[in-house]
Amino acid sequence: MPAGFQHFADTYLMWNEGPLIWMSDALIVLTSLGIVGALTYFKRWKWLWREWLTTVDHKKIGIMYLIAALLMLFRGGVDAELMRTQLALPGVHFLDAEHYDQIFTTHGTIMILFMAMPFIFALFNIVVPLQIGARDVAFPYLNAISFWLFFFGAMLFNISFVFGGSPDAGWTSYPPLTELGFDKGPGENFYLLGLQISGIGSIATGINFLATILKMRAPGMTLMRMPLFTWSVLAACVVIIFAFPALTIALALLMLDRIVGTHFFTMLHGGNPMMFINLFWIWGHPEVYIVILPAFGVFSEVVATFARKRIFGYSSMVAALMAISIISYFVWAHHFFTMGAGADVNTFFAVATMAVGIPTGVKVFNWLFTLFRGRIRMQLPMLWTLAFVPCFAIGGATGVMLAVAPADYQYHNSYFLIAHFHQVLIGGVVFGMLAGMYYWWPKMFGFKLDERLGRWAFWFFNIGFYVCFMPQYALGFMGMQRRMYTYPADTGWGTLNFVSTIGAYLMGIGFLFIVLQVLYSIKYGERDLTGDPWDGRTLEWSLPSPVPHYNFAVIPTVTDRDMWWVLKQEGRTEELRPKPEEIQPIHMPKNSGRPFLMGFAFFVAGLGFVFNWHVLAALGLLGVVACMIARSFEYDDEYQIPVEEIEYTEAALGRL
Amino acid sequence: MAVAEHAAHAPAGAAHAHGAGPADGRPLEYRDPHQSVKILGFWLFLATDMLLFACLFATYLVLRTHTDGGPTARELFDIPGFTAETFILLTSSFTGGLATLCMRNGNKKWLMAWLAVTMLLGLSFVGLEAKEFAADVAEGANMQRSAFLSAFFTLVGTHGSHVSVGIVWMFLTLLQVARRGITEITARKVFIVNLYWHFLDVVWVFIFTVVYLSGVVM
Ligand code: HEM
Ligand SMILES: [Cu+2]
Repeated sequence: MPAGFQHFADTYLMWNEGPLIWMSDALIVLTSLGIVGALTYFKRWKWLWREWLTTVDHKKIGIMYLIAALLMLFRGGVDAELMRTQLALPGVHFLDAEHYDQIFTTHGTIMILFMAMPFIFALFNIVVPLQIGARDVAFPYLNAISFWLFFFGAMLFNISFVFGGSPDAGWTSYPPLTELGFDKGPGENFYLLGLQISGIGSIATGINFLATILKMRAPGMTLMRMPLFTWSVLAACVVIIFAFPALTIALALLMLDRIVGTHFFTMLHGGNPMMFINLFWIWGHPEVYIVILPAFGVFSEVVATFARKRIFGYSSMVAALMAISIISYFVWAHHFFTMGAGADVNTFFAVATMAVGIPTGVKVFNWLFTLFRGRIRMQLPMLWTLAFVPCFAIGGATGVMLAVAPADYQYHNSYFLIAHFHQVLIGGVVFGMLAGMYYWWPKMFGFKLDERLGRWAFWFFNIGFYVCFMPQYALGFMGMQRRMYTYPADTGWGTLNFVSTIGAYLMGIGFLFIVLQVLYSIKYGERDLTGDPWDGRTLEWSLPSPVPHYNFAVIPTVTDRDMWWVLKQEGRTEELRPKPEEIQPIHMPKNSGRPFLMGFAFFVAGLGFVFNWHVLAALGLLGVVACMIARSFEYDDEYQIPVEEIEYTEAALGRL
Repeated sequence: MAVAEHAAHAPAGAAHAHGAGPADGRPLEYRDPHQSVKILGFWLFLATDMLLFACLFATYLVLRTHTDGGPTARELFDIPGFTAETFILLTSSFTGGLATLCMRNGNKKWLMAWLAVTMLLGLSFVGLEAKEFAADVAEGANMQRSAFLSAFFTLVGTHGSHVSVGIVWMFLTLLQVARRGITEITARKVFIVNLYWHFLDVVWVFIFTVVYLSGVVM
């Protein structure tokens, strides 16, 4: 091989790292060729561009978020299985220390930012406008920008694996370890820029959905008539708006340290690493509430629908959501009780942390009271909801244990902590998102996911979960620390670790069943012809599945919290069907390729900064500015759907 | 029923908003619900931007005394310089307000004139700040010298680059007003860019007190 190429291959493609990387390279090249080939063969390029890449339709954007989240769940899951394989037995050298570091870093970062976040955004997009009786979000164009910033941020983070090297300082990325002196490689830059770019998109989403919920509700839908999922989105958006700026600054300052040579978090010249840690968790703790609150919203919808009862304690549910979102700002220091703040500071944060248990408890009891004497149907969304309750209760209890500051000196950074946060993140967020996915899947695609395969997935995943994580509580007590790439046999940790790995494999099988279930159901899944497959309660179930792109031919007027349910009870469902004389032309936003191009420009700029290629960075930023200026001069960004077209569509759906 | 109710993303209550004529007492930029929801969105954006600055202020306050034997705030800050910057920016906020006033009165010529004056004042503010920074760096007080200086340049520089963006943005708005006159859309644009400008003024008042004044006093 010529020396120049060899150098390139070793520095950027990491060929000197051995077969694992070669295999991944080959796989990625093959997959990309496969996708390009398939698109060309089926002549789908134009379709891809027109229907998806340029869309501003909230439903399609939601579907793209969902696909991205599932892919990232797969990638993060593969990372998890690699780690568990490495830890199954003592003294294994399947992965070396450096690779293990990279894998737990990418696993944690991807699961939180590129799996959980897009998953909640998928549901925001698909559900909120339909639930509040709107035709789109407040700012559809900005919504597309949000998606593409997320997408290209995630791309930037993910390509580090085969191009330049993955970050390896943990998903928390604490300095001084992440300063240039200790961490030269481009990996950490990939982390900083990937998160920064997708973070800007998340802030925009928070603003967009808050404005949507405040301003776009159908007539008659007062705040206290809003479905609880929409309330949970409102609460999550408030937290996004208040928390994400802290992450933006933490990342930006660390980037300045690394690229410009400032001294915010260095050990020399007066820097203060604790400042990063504070900023990070001022975002980081609220972040876990950002992802759990929408899951709570899903459970509220599912419980009411599948118990066929009005939700118990609606106003206390709303109050609890808002209380959680406020308290979540006052607990961040529980992530570093051991770092030497005084007893007074630790006490404040310990008490505040425990206080979160109160509103959460209110919610759990309200769900249980709703189920009490309900006519419960055990379908997939309900199954995941029922599994959530005990799982989250245990996770919450161990959370309160961790909140006891003096005791935390024992648990801190041990496998006890790992077990705790997986229990709330998986038992809360993942279960919630899966329940939501099963629940609204027919609304998105017009067919249900197969129940039988779904049950296999459910049981594998649930049993696997407890087998995987219960032993880790014990391992924590036995002294096993997190982020250890291996351990000697005489620690006596071997057996429990082996059991834990078996559990992880069971969960992996569960995931494969979900994949199988989706593939199977595309062909054989029960078609949803009524638009209301679960006998639902809220407005989205009054529409056909999938929903026409303008959502509501005529905007409904809302008189009750469970509008659709009440109309069904009183035999008045006809009222929500469009009447010919009421149909008027509808203005819709035009598609635009610019959000995609802008995301791409951000990606180029990010890549430039990662490798300190300043020309590339400047070009990318110029592209961003050009997109913004072009948008500023765009006046003609709407089109009109004529009455005939609406009538035709509605008639074809049998609604006219 | 008014057409607006059927608009794609017309906020609730759109029908009433559209049906009412100019005499309903609402300023032009708020009349069309498509435009007024953008103003709400912009307020929310300002909340996030305010929090960005809050984090930078917090960092500055933590690192203010970490001078590592290098220049201190007292040695560095040039009182006539930052006083001039303050006066210029405060005045520009006033002229920006006059621009909004002229817009409400439908006076296109004066609206454009006041926007131009505001931009010029903004430019001279940025120029003065650049001069101040250049002088600091010439004395060896650069971002890499100490944590205090890193925090100082980042906080004040972030504000300065916000102002620069504001100038470009105001220029684009000016062009659109020149071409299209005062419409519901351009009125909303003028209103928002001025909102942004006033916000930067408020941030500067904090920089003036927290960074410069307390820097030379303490
Ligand atoms: C199949 C299920 C999963 C398994 C088997 C699994 C396993 C693991 C393992 C083995 C570690 C490394 C522990 C260490 O060495 O310190 C880890 C860390 C982590 N996991 Fe998971 N995980 C799973 C799902 C998730 C999910 C769904 C999330 C979030 C939504 C998540 C978030 C994290 C985070 C944030 C870390 C910490 C990374 C760090 O130390 O920087 N995991 N997980
Ligand atoms: Cu926390």
